Amino acid sequence: MFSNLTDKLETVFKKLRGAGMLSEKNIKDSMREVRQALLEADVNYKVAKRFVKSVQEKAVGESVLKSIEPGQQVIKIVHDELVSLLGNKAEPIAPIDKSPTVYMVCGLQGSGKTTLCGKLALMHRRKNKKPLLVAADIYRPAAVKQLKVIADSIAVEHFSLEGKKPPEICREAVKYAEKNFIDLVILDTAGRLHIDDELMTELEEIKEQVKPDELLLVADAMTGQDAVKVAEEFHKRLNITGVVLSKMDGDARGGAALSIREVTGCPIKLASIGEKLGDLEPFHPDRMASRILGMGDIVSLVEKAQETIDEGKAIEMQEKLLKAQFNFEDFLEQMNQIKKMGPLDGLLKMIPGVGKALKGVTVDEKNMERMVAIIKSMTIPERRNPGLIDGSRKRRIARGSGNSVQSVNQLLKQFYTMQKMFSNMNKGKFKGLPKGMMPF
Amino acid sequence: MFSSFDKLKKSLGKTKDRLIGQISQVVRRRKIDDDLLDEIEEILIEADVGVAATMRLIKSVKLKAKERKLTDGEDVLTLLKEEITVILARKGSPLFNENDPKPVVWLIVGVNGVGKTTTIGKLATKFSQDGKKVIIAACDTFRAAAIDQITIWAERSKVDIIKSQDGADPASVAFDAAKAAVARSADLLLVDTAGRLHTKANLMEELKKIKRVVNKAIPNAHIYSKLIIDGSTGQNAINQVKIFTEAVGCDGIIVTKLDGTAKGGVMIAVAEELGVPVDFIGLGETIDDLQRFDPTQFAEALCADG
Ligand SMILES: Nc1nc2c(ncn2[C@@H]2O[C@H](COP(=O)(O)OP(=O)(O)OP(=O)(O)O)[C@@H](O)[C@H]2O)c(=O)[nH]1
Ligand SMILES: Nc1nc2c(ncn2[C@@H]2O[C@H](COP(=O)(O)OP(=O)(O)OP(=O)(O)O)[C@@H](O)[C@H]2O)c(=O)[nH]1
Ligand SMILES: [Mg+2]
Ligand SMILES: [Mg+2]
Repeated sequence: MFSNLTDKLETVFKKLRGAGMLSEKNIKDSMREVRQALLEADVNYKVAKRFVKSVQEKAVGESVLKSIEPGQQVIKIVHDELVSLLGNKAEPIAPIDKSPTVYMVCGLQGSGKTTLCGKLALMHRRKNKKPLLVAADIYRPAAVKQLKVIADSIAVEHFSLEGKKPPEICREAVKYAEKNFIDLVILDTAGRLHIDDELMTELEEIKEQVKPDELLLVADAMTGQDAVKVAEEFHKRLNITGVVLSKMDGDARGGAALSIREVTGCPIKLASIGEKLGDLEPFHPDRMASRILGMGDIVSLVEKAQETIDEGKAIEMQEKLLKAQFNFEDFLEQMNQIKKMGPLDGLLKMIPGVGKALKGVTVDEKNMERMVAIIKSMTIPERRNPGLIDGSRKRRIARGSGNSVQSVNQLLKQFYTMQKMFSNMNKGKFKGLPKGMMPF
Repeated sequence: MFSSFDKLKKSLGKTKDRLIGQISQVVRRRKIDDDLLDEIEEILIEADVGVAATMRLIKSVKLKAKERKLTDGEDVLTLLKEEITVILARKGSPLFNENDPKPVVWLIVGVNGVGKTTTIGKLATKFSQDGKKVIIAACDTFRAAAIDQITIWAERSKVDIIKSQDGADPASVAFDAAKAAVARSADLLLVDTAGRLHTKANLMEELKKIKRVVNKAIPNAHIYSKLIIDGSTGQNAINQVKIFTEAVGCDGIIVTKLDGTAKGGVMIAVAEELGVPVDFIGLGETIDDLQRFDPTQFAEALCADG
């Protein structure tokens, strides 16, 4: 479904190079591919159209026509332009420069507000600030309890008032905070539709009463074309100060980010990347740009790898990989390194091209554990020279590791697939792979 | 029937105005040509129908117009309505099969925050009003206060609920609930599961396990997997349907939050690409904001005047 833009552009320009001539029409064709990639990523139609128009002007004017690698050049222009639209650098959330500072969190139903409130509280508690989580959602069944459970789990104070309307609850919460040395008041409001006039008015009232220092709109990264209307309406009524993109741990391309940014002009400040309260990151425009273009989040992967992988070992590994000379001993070592990098599922998808190349090879933690068990049941010579492993050895290894012969076969097959892949990589097919990474 | 049609029409009013309403304005006093089709393409994509499905729709409208020698812009509206109805109706779905042994199990699955728990509240109400004995299994033991939330919905719909504590193994809750459903001669067991992204292999395994365990508790049970999709979801819905289907199958989709301005065009994309039927649509946060999805009625409501 999500075809790789780089491939497509290369096709466009290959055709044109064949013709021995670059023309504006070719640029137009490539822009059509760019537009399509944006639409597939759920960038709003009108936003995509405006974007492509502005990029096209740049592309025609600039060096693309003369460039030796026009495909790359176009991608670069598109990517840079996206980054600049998304905000160039990560913009921080309002600092706690007075007590109490007030954050107000709003958005559509189920977007991830309550969870975000917990994450913000944890983030600041870790910096030795004293947050207060305020339950301003009196509508959703068990919403107050949900926030209380979250507050208790991170040892943060919780505030709720029975029988009161949200604006009053929030006002009282701020008063309470002033008296009780609270540094940060976080208001968890109920989910609502942007067209629900009554509930939107309620938000205006809350804002009016507590004058928040940060008014965050939480938007689900999976949102489609409607993101524009939602953001526009929330911004019009509340003048939001920042956006948080939630559920970024999935595989949505997240074009909504571009749409929201464009129609509100508000910075996207944070990315919510999981259900756990520690799963919160600064928003990175450059990574988002790659993701929207379907080019994977290579920067994050490299960063993660650099944080955890032993440099010397990495270099050694890379040499082996490139010569396709690695064996099961290296495999084990690599698994240990990768385990240190955290949950695997997100990891692999960050590598452009690899997801496709390894289709059908399932990757998950349990599978990894099984592989480790199987390898550990091999003798050292077998690990160093997998060619040795014949039928009877397979049966022994299977028994020893408590697995089926089928699983052993599967692992061997995977191993050979990888070997083949790396010899391809050696021929330059997987440029994006960070050094020392074994992408199984 | 009539009042439900009116409600649907009203709820979809905004959708209608912007989708078909928009189309009917665009086509007025125009000839069918590339410019017109481009404008319609824009309207469809803005409804989340998606690039691929939109292209196919446009292509077949073009083809049909040619076959039937239609040149009038307004004919596009008729053709589109036809096309959309056909796509959405391609796989009509009975909610239950006549000879399903009791209890029937509905496993309610989907990504985070789409409306699974709320929809269970609505379904429980609907089916118990239809005279079925319904039991709810509170298998989201992960999210904060998820059990409290589903308990409130069970109270509202006056049905029994089987639950455990936060952090309990969801499969074991499912097992107990399945046993209870048999013991109490229930007709329908609705299983609320925790939200999970389809990309998380271990969580998808957990779903499979829940299904296996229910099967163990009720050996010949017909377990339907119902996937809940947020109506404002973009093209990611296609991956959601694909991967949930791979894990536990998908016997039907319920599209929620169509009371907003999102047009739910992704329904067309999903039906077109994967042929999974839409069973119900959610139109609000209260207990009776649920409608049986009827493709013809839906297309009519979308296309009706005024
Ligand atoms: N995978 C993932 N799930 C998330 C993330 N943020 C929130 N969730 C989940 O999304 C669901 C909804 O989150 P809530 O925080 O309850 O959302 P809300 O906006 O407060 O919902 P309402 O109050 O009903 O409008 C829950 O299952 C959360 O665990 C995220 O970044 N990633
Ligand atoms: N407007 C509108 N809101 C809905 C609809 N269905 C559910 N909601 C709201 O969406 C939010 C999330 O609903 P839940 O039922 O908790 O969603 P869930 O899928 O169970 O969420 P998790 O269990 O956290 O994954 C709540 O605020 C619901 O009130 C609908 O059809 N329309
Ligand atoms: Mg909430
Ligand atoms: Mg739920």
